[in-house]
Amino acid sequence: MSLRRFTRTPEAVAGVVVLALLAIMALAAPFLFPGDPQSIAGPALVRPFQDWAFPLGTDRLGRDVLAELFHGARTSLAVGLAAAAASLAIGTIVGTLAGFAGGIVDEILMRITDAFQTVPGFLLALAFVSVVGPSLGVVVIAIALSAWTGPARVARAEVLSIRERDYVASARVAGMHPLAIAFREVMPNALPPVLALSSVMVAGAILTEAALSFLGLGDPNRVTWGGMIAEGRAVLRTAPFLSIAPGVMLVFTVLGVYLAGEGIVENSAVKRGLA
Amino acid sequence: MNRALRLLRRRLVGSVFVLLIVVVGTFFLLEAAPGDAVDAYIGSIGGDAGLAELLRQRWGLDQSTGTRLAAYLWALLHLDLGHSVAFSRPIRDILLERLPNTLLLMGSATALSFFLGSALGIVAGARPGSFRDRFLSIGSLALYAVPGFWLALVLVIVFAVDLRWFPIAGIETIASGKTGLARAADIIHHLVLPVTALGFIYLALYLRMMRAGMAEVWRQDFVLALRARGIPRRRIVLAHVARNALLPLVTMLGLQSAQMLGGSVVIESVFSVPGLGRLAQEAVTARDTPLLLGIILISAVLVVVINLLVDLAYAFLDPRVGASEAGA
Amino acid sequence: MSAAELSPSRSPLLSVRGLTVAYRGSDASAIRDVSIDVLTGECLAVIGESGSGKSTLALAVAGLLPASARTTGHLEWPGLGRAALGGSDIGFIFQDPAASLDPVMSVGRQVAEVVRTHLGLGWREAYGEAAELLARVKLPERTFDAYPHQLSGGQKQRVAIAAAIAARPRLLIADEATSALDTIVQAEIVALIARLVAEDAMTLLFISHDIALAAQIADRIAVFRDGQLLELGTTAEVIGHPRHDYTRMLLSSHIGLDVAPMLAAPR
Ligand SMILES: Nc1ncnc2c1ncn2[C@@H]1O[C@H](COP(=O)(O)OP(=O)(O)OP(=O)(O)O)[C@@H](O)[C@H]1O
Ligand SMILES: [Mg+2]
Repeated sequence: MSLRRFTRTPEAVAGVVVLALLAIMALAAPFLFPGDPQSIAGPALVRPFQDWAFPLGTDRLGRDVLAELFHGARTSLAVGLAAAAASLAIGTIVGTLAGFAGGIVDEILMRITDAFQTVPGFLLALAFVSVVGPSLGVVVIAIALSAWTGPARVARAEVLSIRERDYVASARVAGMHPLAIAFREVMPNALPPVLALSSVMVAGAILTEAALSFLGLGDPNRVTWGGMIAEGRAVLRTAPFLSIAPGVMLVFTVLGVYLAGEGIVENSAVKRGLA
Repeated sequence: MNRALRLLRRRLVGSVFVLLIVVVGTFFLLEAAPGDAVDAYIGSIGGDAGLAELLRQRWGLDQSTGTRLAAYLWALLHLDLGHSVAFSRPIRDILLERLPNTLLLMGSATALSFFLGSALGIVAGARPGSFRDRFLSIGSLALYAVPGFWLALVLVIVFAVDLRWFPIAGIETIASGKTGLARAADIIHHLVLPVTALGFIYLALYLRMMRAGMAEVWRQDFVLALRARGIPRRRIVLAHVARNALLPLVTMLGLQSAQMLGGSVVIESVFSVPGLGRLAQEAVTARDTPLLLGIILISAVLVVVINLLVDLAYAFLDPRVGASEAGA
Repeated sequence: MSAAELSPSRSPLLSVRGLTVAYRGSDASAIRDVSIDVLTGECLAVIGESGSGKSTLALAVAGLLPASARTTGHLEWPGLGRAALGGSDIGFIFQDPAASLDPVMSVGRQVAEVVRTHLGLGWREAYGEAAELLARVKLPERTFDAYPHQLSGGQKQRVAIAAAIAARPRLLIADEATSALDTIVQAEIVALIARLVAEDAMTLLFISHDIALAAQIADRIAVFRDGQLLELGTTAEVIGHPRHDYTRMLLSSHIGLDVAPMLAAPR
């Protein structure tokens, strides 16, 4: 029933199809292009659709653009998913603690949340990566640092409404430890609206990763679409394709995430409405 | 206006706390950076261990963490943000020099995104579910998926490289000797592409918020009452539905200011606009962490100020603000 | 005694013929094959239980049904000689006063915008007219600049009434206009509506689930059940000699309320 409803929204279907293709790209990259995508594969600046050894041409250093795009999908999706998961996890924990504890703990945690929201997230991520040094893990943490506040606020609001319910009261009476109540009884029930933020978080993380890589703060050992765009800048006048192609990939990826996410949220909202 | 003043006072107190947290946070980030200001200085200028020792003493870097935090706070109270090694100048001076350009870019981009975005949002939200609505909402989603720096590059390729309508970079023609209106026109000419690149992304956000907000207002009962009173549809859309839906957009204006400051980093880098964002990139490249943290601090202050202004505007636009708090 | 005998001079303002309305998503129609005349200058009360289709009839008359509703049958306006226009020919008062006003516009302006729309005045004159209207519904002058959240439920309903009569409509529809209010305020609002209807010589379609309240104000009463018109007669007929058990049941559920004024009510 719900699947049929889902397939009735063409946008959501398009989103899922795009994401599936990207996932296939990411998974197939090491098999289709087993070598190091960052190594020189042929002559420099082969134009796209000229040489079937390099369907999308080569860049300034003679690297295979198609191979780079495939491997870039791996980085984008990996960072996007990991950073979004980390943001949601941090946000949910902080929000649950704040909402459940109340009082001074809540006050302090929320002021910290305010502080994080006051600092431009991208600047914070930039500073973090530049201080700690660029690697995939650091980029993930940096993005999570700049993005956990949204989920924290949502989780807190949800926990505030849940914590007065009967089953929480009975858990209290049963003498359960407050932390156990918070994380075993309350948090799971506060999750749905937080998870509804997933697609926005993933999309935001992919875009932030791309911007960091564009500024040269991505993991230097991995191909990133943002890095490819930055690379292409040097030959923007003669070979704009090198900057345009990875950007198109980014747009499709993020759009796919949004569309699929909207479809899923709407679908589950309908289901919850019916229940 | 008593209402607004009360609100302002409460927000100000909260803001001071928030800024204090930001300051302490940046201090520890600075601490975490491998190497200190002296290493950076020696690295760029050259010098031996003796000089390093001397500088550490002079700059107070040999003290305990607590002492240095106190010194840092004390210096900040005197608006002393330290010294930039990369620029060999006081950080405060560099920031104040770059701030106007960023404010100009952000202000213009905000105005563009807010007004055009909400106008298009009204067009979409006037008839929920219509073709125009679907077209605009999918289009805006696509726009929202575009990375700002890439949009900037595409604009450069099309309008600066191919069509040559606008300059590729900079905020004004260097050493043009232009003054007054001619200079203003020159700056506007330079700003068209960066403002478009920065503004268009957020335009999509305001469009979608306005549209969603209007869809919500349409479902409220008072709209039926307005129809019953025979108010023309155009007036219902503009004076009531859009007016009610505008309120969350105003809030978003404040929340978005931090995002936009972050977004200006890549945009200013692409267009070589000498603002805070470009400065952040320069600080990263030069490994000038104190400068980077100075940028973060001034950005935080900027965001706080903008949010205060937005709160005041909101209190002005929504008669209900503060009403429920009056008794409390 | 039929309605025509009651007032031979009264011709129908509105004729409803075979009106059927079905909302999308529900199999049963909300009202079925309803034919009824609303006579010029009369007060017609429509009573019935919750869900009997009273509001649907009122919305259909005012042309306010949602786009999803399917309608068959006819609405004719012999009293006007043309189709009625919402706002200028029909004033509509809703049940929930809080939900009939824009929360972020001053109430004076909301009344003034109706005046401006239908009387073709500029904002200045419309403001003057609106101030007079607020005075007519007995609201103090200072309420003009107030916002809905600053007014009580009764005051909000007065504003809604002022907006409904602003364009001097021929027909005033009050759909459970008092059921969201407490008893004392309820009586005041009913009295206000009755006074305004008399002063402006309006026709009133008074919708209520409260037969006692309807009897206080109405010349004729129409009883609805399950979307159908069950019984129509003068107030004295319906109250004194109900033809249907259902009407009798509605009446008996009011035993204990002061029956006397109920019977004395018809004008
Ligand atoms: N917008 C709508 N969509 C679908 N069904 C509706 C809608 N409005 C009313 N209905 C249905 O139509 C029927 C008649 O409703 P209506 O509102 O006319 O009754 P009512 O007599 O005014 O009741 P009440 O006294 O509760 O106001 C009900 O069964 C109701 O569920
Ligand atoms: Mg009703």
